[in-house]
Amino acid sequence: MTDTPIHELADAYLRGETTPTAVTEAYLARIARLDDRLGAYLTVTREQALRAAAASDARYRAGTPLGPLDGAPLAYKDVLCTRGVRTTCGSRILEGFVPPYDATAIERLGAAGAVMLGKGNMDEFAMGSSTEYSAFKPTRNPWDLARVPGGSSGGPAAAVAAGLAAGGLGTDTGGSIRQPAAFCGIVGLKPTYGRVSRYGLVAFGSSLDHIGPFARDVTDAALLLAAMAGADPRDATCVEAPVPDYAAALARGVRGLRLGVPDEYFIDGMDPEVERAVRDAVDVLRGLGATVERVSLPTTRHALATYYVIAPAEASSNLARYDGVKYGLRVAGAKDLIEMSSRTRAAGFGAEVKRRIMLGTYVLSAGYYEAYYGRAQKVRTLVRRDFEAAFGRVDLIVAPMTPNVAFKHGEKEDPLSMYLNDVFAVPADMTGLPAISVPCGFSAEGLPIGLQFIGKALDEPTLLRAAHAYEQATPWRTRRPSVPS
Amino acid sequence: MDVVIGLEVHAQLLTRSKMFCGCATTFGAAPNSQTCPVCQGMPGSLPVVNRRAVEFGIRTALAFNCRVNEACRFARKHYYYPDMPKNFQISQYEEPLAEDGALEIDVDGASRTIGIQRLHLEEDVGKLVHEGTLETAQASLVDFNRSGVPLMETVSRPDLRSPEEAAAYLRAFRAVLVYLGVCDGNMEEGSLRCDANVSLRPRGSSELGTKVEIKNMNSFKNVQRALEFEVRRQAEALEAGLRLVQETRLWDAERGYTRSMRSKEFAHDYRYFPEPDLVPLRIDRAWVDAIRAGLPELPRQRRQRFLRQYGLPAYDAELLTHSQALADYFEAATGELPQAKLVSNWIMSELLRVLPADDEAAIRAAKITPRHLAGLLKLIEDGTISGKIAKDVFQKMVVSGEEARAIVAREGLTQLADEPALAAVIDQVIARNPKAIEDFRKGKTAAAKALVGQIMKATQGKANPAIVNRLLEEKLSKI
Amino acid sequence: MPDAERPPMISREDVLHVARLARLELSEPELEKMREQLNSILTYIDRLKELDVTGVEPTSHAVPMVNVMRDDVVVPCFPRDEMLANAPDRVGEFFRVPRIIED
Ligand SMILES: [Mg+2]
Ligand SMILES: [Zn+2]
Repeated sequence: MTDTPIHELADAYLRGETTPTAVTEAYLARIARLDDRLGAYLTVTREQALRAAAASDARYRAGTPLGPLDGAPLAYKDVLCTRGVRTTCGSRILEGFVPPYDATAIERLGAAGAVMLGKGNMDEFAMGSSTEYSAFKPTRNPWDLARVPGGSSGGPAAAVAAGLAAGGLGTDTGGSIRQPAAFCGIVGLKPTYGRVSRYGLVAFGSSLDHIGPFARDVTDAALLLAAMAGADPRDATCVEAPVPDYAAALARGVRGLRLGVPDEYFIDGMDPEVERAVRDAVDVLRGLGATVERVSLPTTRHALATYYVIAPAEASSNLARYDGVKYGLRVAGAKDLIEMSSRTRAAGFGAEVKRRIMLGTYVLSAGYYEAYYGRAQKVRTLVRRDFEAAFGRVDLIVAPMTPNVAFKHGEKEDPLSMYLNDVFAVPADMTGLPAISVPCGFSAEGLPIGLQFIGKALDEPTLLRAAHAYEQATPWRTRRPSVPS
Repeated sequence: MDVVIGLEVHAQLLTRSKMFCGCATTFGAAPNSQTCPVCQGMPGSLPVVNRRAVEFGIRTALAFNCRVNEACRFARKHYYYPDMPKNFQISQYEEPLAEDGALEIDVDGASRTIGIQRLHLEEDVGKLVHEGTLETAQASLVDFNRSGVPLMETVSRPDLRSPEEAAAYLRAFRAVLVYLGVCDGNMEEGSLRCDANVSLRPRGSSELGTKVEIKNMNSFKNVQRALEFEVRRQAEALEAGLRLVQETRLWDAERGYTRSMRSKEFAHDYRYFPEPDLVPLRIDRAWVDAIRAGLPELPRQRRQRFLRQYGLPAYDAELLTHSQALADYFEAATGELPQAKLVSNWIMSELLRVLPADDEAAIRAAKITPRHLAGLLKLIEDGTISGKIAKDVFQKMVVSGEEARAIVAREGLTQLADEPALAAVIDQVIARNPKAIEDFRKGKTAAAKALVGQIMKATQGKANPAIVNRLLEEKLSKI
Repeated sequence: MPDAERPPMISREDVLHVARLARLELSEPELEKMREQLNSILTYIDRLKELDVTGVEPTSHAVPMVNVMRDDVVVPCFPRDEMLANAPDRVGEFFRVPRIIED
């Protein structure tokens, strides 16, 4: 039951084969048994989950379920605000913070009948690619506990992969949904910027932050997106455009679709097993009737550097509010306000967060703005133009999600080598284009490999359709890790 | 030395809700009762622009003949202060709402044009209550009710040449805002706040001297006093051969001087960058034209009309139109009694004795309404009461809100105009004052005045002075 | 060396200045490590100088949109107790902070 996709669960509920409460209890039991080893959850909301499941039971009994997500047990990354449930962002500085409001995405999933199992672990303030930078504990990769699940949304990704949640929500600022999805062998979808409201998402890089689903398969990803997407008066950057029927788009196959494979996404030092798996996947797509051609995205080489100006700059600003005045941590014994705030921030933030705050403050400071931030915003335009040019010829970009499979805990000590892990992920964040990672094979050591599709703005239907066609043509989604208890 | 002053005015806009959230903007609510995650900068909250605030900004920009920028956006301005929840203020920087306007002011009968450099929108901060003074407090308390209230910042060019001009600019500025209905202009409640840049330079020189910023001047009177102090301080320092430092100084109204804020407090690096949570504004012509079409008559236009339509002296027209409420009051009263100069005199000498000219709300709420005042003046005109009695009645009307006629009737203040009765009183007074009569015969005309006083006293001031004068003159001429 | 090829060097004083702007107290060992790491990241970022960006307009929003505004309508505020519940220190209905002026 804990490896069934959501859309099949809903069918089982409708047929009366099982109930939301039974499934929720099964997940809670599995969490209790396995999460000590995995570290996927920061908070398990047991009582709340059982109450929501019971309400869902009643709706099915009455013949009035809310839709395909009614009774779906989910894990939410702890960067999303949950009313009355502590929201830490994986940081000591927000330890004990209880928001008086729900994120719009969570409110909408709740309204669709989803059951929150708990809040997933993450790199502190979503800064990281391994979930080793959580202030509370690392999360482990269910395929190999010595390895990282990716990050920053490693908690919910590992939970979905290990059968500790039927689906989940992550956030993606520089690959933080898609990279852990690739490392954990599940589906991770980053929608178009503005497709899902950011209200209640604790900001990291506001112009780059996206909310999106983790799922066992593409169909579930489509259902989760459909429930969250659409205009929100509380987010001025949220797109007004109507939400298409994503699930209905899935069945159309890839025949006639033009796929572009970017030269710049196959780089020196890349894991040959990853390259092989991706090239094989492209062949599968060609075999399904898609046309494939090479495209060039020449600014790719500069995208990561651009990202490491813009994201820290915005982060340094967004994180200025954690000063010990209104919520979260405050160190005792400071003689004045400046000392109180400086010490609170020193004690409350981890090393990676401090690094990015320093970097971001530096690139915005007097005399450096134009050289760094101003220039990065212009390079961002060049990155966007690359994709515009490519999308003049193709419908979708197909590329590797990461240059390598999941690495070991403690393997990437140097910040820069950690950053380089997201080199294929950040262009979609910088351009806001929708992108998805789907499993496309395993390394010789049995570690998952991710295939990335990048689509045109708001063209999630085509993105999901291609990902679904590939998924249905390959066996990867049926493989599940076995986590020793 | 030439005095060079520029003013930076922050005006609180009269919107119902805050700049970026739906919280109410009501003044004086219980601490922290008007907040939400957005205006308290809670994690995950996002701002959304209040359309009316933008429209008020455009309205004001048009009144000052500014260029409304088609492309306009918000930016974050960073500094740490505990009354600012996000530790950045959403303001505007490189692309403000409007630029390059002007305001005409009148000082000593001469008209001057003061340039307006820019006008932009931003959010207000919360309020700090210090346990003691800022310097001595061991702790401070924060109330975020005001946090996020929309502000419009308008920066003048350094065109002002004296503290008087600065005060005149501020008064004229305030009048425009009040006329536009975008700000209540209440300096005491902080709806209008003014900072000044002051420098001195050798007469006729075009280069600017060392600029000092003055903060914390919270009334018209204080603006002028603070600037007078600062100009004197700088002049004395320069005369003594001292070099001035570029700094921020606080006006201390109680002690009557400006004092330096320590350099650390303003060594800012604001690290502005475009606010990523808000999309840019594109203010097209149609929107601007629609707002322009709704502009009301502005203070200068109204003053011109008062001169033309009512034949008022320039002084009266200027004073009355500075306050929209006062000008409205005048026009309402004149509508009842079309004797403009009489109405104007009474407003300026009596009404403004009891109500401050810049307190629009108090004038609008005055118990003595324009109709009441006109009613009182009609009683003078038709001879029912004397001007002197009218002043007493006015005082009573201010307190009670009654009509003049009711007070006059109740207190028996109706003027004595009965000629035989008055003649009898006059005869008695003449009979009682042989000495005064004697003096009058000897040519001391002042003696007649003393007799009038006696007659008025005998009638408790109710005698019609014109009739008394005529009858007394007749009788004295026969003596 | 031409400007474009010179690696950025961030000094100890720069790090201290930035830390002060960012309200971060750094220990002595943290400071030196931070300086090294920032230098290495900035050296990587320096590759942005290779690109000619003259005449390129900056992108600050991924999806171009304009004029998203709300009507001036008052919505109920959050209950004060909820807004104060997370305060690390409070007095009655206020947040409380230590003395603002440094000694
Ligand atoms: Mg300002
Ligand atoms: Zn609010």
